[in-house]
Amino acid sequence: MMAFITPRRIRRARQSAGFLATVPMLIAFVVLACGGLATQVSAAEGDAAVAGVSADEHDVAATTTVSLSPAPTPQREDYPTIGASSRGIVWAIAQMHLFFGALVLAVPIFVLVIEIIGFRTGDDRYDDMAHEFMKVSLTAYSITALFGGTLALALFLLYPHLMSYLMTAFGSQVLVYAGLFFLESMLLYIYYYGWNALRYGNRKWLHLTLGLLLNGVGTTLLVVANSWTTFMMAPSGVDPETGAIIGNIWEVMKGPLWNPLNLHRVIANVAFGGAVVGAYAAFKFLSAKTPEEKAHYDWMGYSSNFISILAFLPLPFAGYWLMAEIYAYSQQMGILAMGGILAWLFVIQAVLICTILLAGNYYLWTGMARSEGADRYRWAIKYIATVLILGFLVWVTPHNVIYTAAEAVKLGGGNHPVLGPLGIMPAKNIAVFLMLICTFLSFQLYRRADKVITVSWQNWGNALMASIYIFAIANIIFAGVYYGYFTNTVYKVGSSVIQVMSTVVVIVAGVVIDSLRFRGAKTLHVSWGKVAERSQYALFALPVAFTWLMALMGYVRSSVRTHWHVYTVMPDTSADNFIPTLQTVGNMVTLVTLLFLAFLLFIFWIANLSGTRQLPVTTDAGSQREASVA
Amino acid sequence: MNVLAKTLGFSVALVIAFGGVAYVLPQMEGPAPEQHVVNLDELTMESFVAMGEDLYSGKGTCSLCHNALGRAPDMLALNVTVTSLQRIADPNYEGSAANSEQYLRESMLRPSAYVVAGFGTKGSNDTQSPMPAVDKAPLRLSTLEVDAIIAFLQDKDGEPVSVPLPVATAMDAPIAEVAASAVPQGPEELIVKFGCTACHAVLDSQAALGPDLNDIAGRLSAAEIRESIANPAADIGDGFIVMMPEFPAMTLGELEMIVAFLAAAGEAS
Repeated sequence: MMAFITPRRIRRARQSAGFLATVPMLIAFVVLACGGLATQVSAAEGDAAVAGVSADEHDVAATTTVSLSPAPTPQREDYPTIGASSRGIVWAIAQMHLFFGALVLAVPIFVLVIEIIGFRTGDDRYDDMAHEFMKVSLTAYSITALFGGTLALALFLLYPHLMSYLMTAFGSQVLVYAGLFFLESMLLYIYYYGWNALRYGNRKWLHLTLGLLLNGVGTTLLVVANSWTTFMMAPSGVDPETGAIIGNIWEVMKGPLWNPLNLHRVIANVAFGGAVVGAYAAFKFLSAKTPEEKAHYDWMGYSSNFISILAFLPLPFAGYWLMAEIYAYSQQMGILAMGGILAWLFVIQAVLICTILLAGNYYLWTGMARSEGADRYRWAIKYIATVLILGFLVWVTPHNVIYTAAEAVKLGGGNHPVLGPLGIMPAKNIAVFLMLICTFLSFQLYRRADKVITVSWQNWGNALMASIYIFAIANIIFAGVYYGYFTNTVYKVGSSVIQVMSTVVVIVAGVVIDSLRFRGAKTLHVSWGKVAERSQYALFALPVAFTWLMALMGYVRSSVRTHWHVYTVMPDTSADNFIPTLQTVGNMVTLVTLLFLAFLLFIFWIANLSGTRQLPVTTDAGSQREASVA
Repeated sequence: MNVLAKTLGFSVALVIAFGGVAYVLPQMEGPAPEQHVVNLDELTMESFVAMGEDLYSGKGTCSLCHNALGRAPDMLALNVTVTSLQRIADPNYEGSAANSEQYLRESMLRPSAYVVAGFGTKGSNDTQSPMPAVDKAPLRLSTLEVDAIIAFLQDKDGEPVSVPLPVATAMDAPIAEVAASAVPQGPEELIVKFGCTACHAVLDSQAALGPDLNDIAGRLSAAEIRESIANPAADIGDGFIVMMPEFPAMTLGELEMIVAFLAAAGEAS
């Protein structure tokens, strides 16, 4: 049955979308409230059983009496060993689980958006692309569950005391998590396998609702799991002296870092998921045999890159909030990450983020070849590239690394007289915000490349946009130089707020002004598939850098706990309770990234295999042939 | 297969290149504090002060914020005894200390008793200190460890140490547990403790930023070695610049141990 899109239907779609947007939040609240209730009820029942009175009467006392045992304090000999580094084993498995978890939670988010776009525009290409994205995600889902189960077993085997404590803290919430996983699985399979059965008309509404529920449950899963992580970093609902659990489940979950981490992970997951499916599209593009296939996968790759970079742009702001909350919770923890032994890891982070920005920009620049109107803006590329390269060089300039006496003599001290000032945070902040602005400029130019603006105020619009860029860039440089070099440290952090706001203003103003300018614009022809093959390697660089970055920053987040399983209440006395060298960290991150790539290859192969069909044996040749039905 | 080989090769090469960056950066480990047993009967004031210095930059993590970067008052740059008395006399002071030693102890155990202007927790108008109480988690310093830090802070300014040396009493166990690496046992540990290996080739280090110390005895007498450590700028080796810091917290006993070791190592070779 075919349905037609009418303005009325679109209005109804918008109204329904507004209502449906509240569904994930409602699910999260209901589910978590059930978890909290379950914990409290079980505690109250336990207490009542002892005292012989009703649970209601002892509701308050229950949460304090039942859970008053202190946090365990195992000694080194109490940790089970299996002949290999327990931390190494858990590290690798946890990271793999997180990689795949991020992928399977992120893909349905942008798939739903693409599906809605397809529904609203009536363009089946969006629907097909969204469906194909889900195909990649589906195999990853099973692998996520397998790594999750293995991780749980490894943790109970190698860190039984910690797990016992966490189980005490979170109680029946973990069963709610398991229940959510069942729900997520059912919704995922119905959403994917029901795609074509629920493709048009009212059935499409049902499918979109399923997608929304899937994302609601998936996001709830994420925030529930995040509460375990943030509890270990900044425990709440516990007695600070003994570690005894004295709060209810909400108090335990709602630590100071919970929401910042939730936001950071949701955004980062979308950027990561977009990059991974972009690599799939690039692989299919390079393997494509027909122009139609090339056009499809070129478009798919472009969409993936768009999703990935668009999600990546606000990520530093979410990261800033998370780090600010870490500082607010414990200045010592914050300084350890940013200025202590872990600070060197941010040099690697600089290399990775610059790789992401350069790859994303390069892909856009080469992609301009698809549109005949791109020549108008090509002149700007060399300037954007110059800023990106300079920004990269500033970001990786260390403050004081000298290797030999001869070098020190030449430098005249430990810091280079000119480059030394570039080694501190204010210079790096200037660099990174200018790089973000330049990346947005590349996006803006790409979006304008296939359009001829017709609004009467286009020159004024251009002047306004240029003014905003100039003002924001001047503001970023001034704030960085003034607060960074001419005031004391206390005010340095303040400069970041100005820089963040300047960057946000550019992005928001750019989107608003362009959307108004594009009204009634003439659209030029875009030749999908006509793009240089080398551009596709940028789509491989993105997920590789994202994966490495995710593992690295995950390590930093975990390591700020230093020698504590649960910061300040349960010390880590195991043999692995030290912060390893950068080489060890680099080796582990490289290992898990390569492992992830290997599994990803398997997923791509499986996704491809599902579209391959063997033809019947022909009697004359006596051989079998295969044909792709994809 | 060609596409697979190319894309996989590109991706793996990129992963390994990122891993390579970790190899060109300084390699440091962050050990967890370990509990060592110290015999109080053998504890001297010199080793007690040295213990305090180690705690200051080690388990106590004081140097993480109290440094020249302006995160907290730089304790090594100011005279803590003089400054303590000024703070006690400040009208804003709300603590109960009557002298420098009590002020230092109070500032570690109740950091918000007096917050230096500009160093308070954001939004607290300098009424709350971001510093954790050192006797609470995550630091959990013992009374003995707090006293050792006070002793170090007083000693580094050349002021008399007012903290009494802890002694074993009939009521207490004769042994106390203190932080790791608190009391270096020999010259090798002292050389590591004072960071000589970062710039000099000595022990296992092959660093070439400063002169090679393995054969220093062949070039300098014991008196000259002593002078080079006590006053690094006095005589600079050819091809080197003044980079070596002074060691105000190095005790005479520690200096003599290092000098004897370096001089003897040369004779042995």
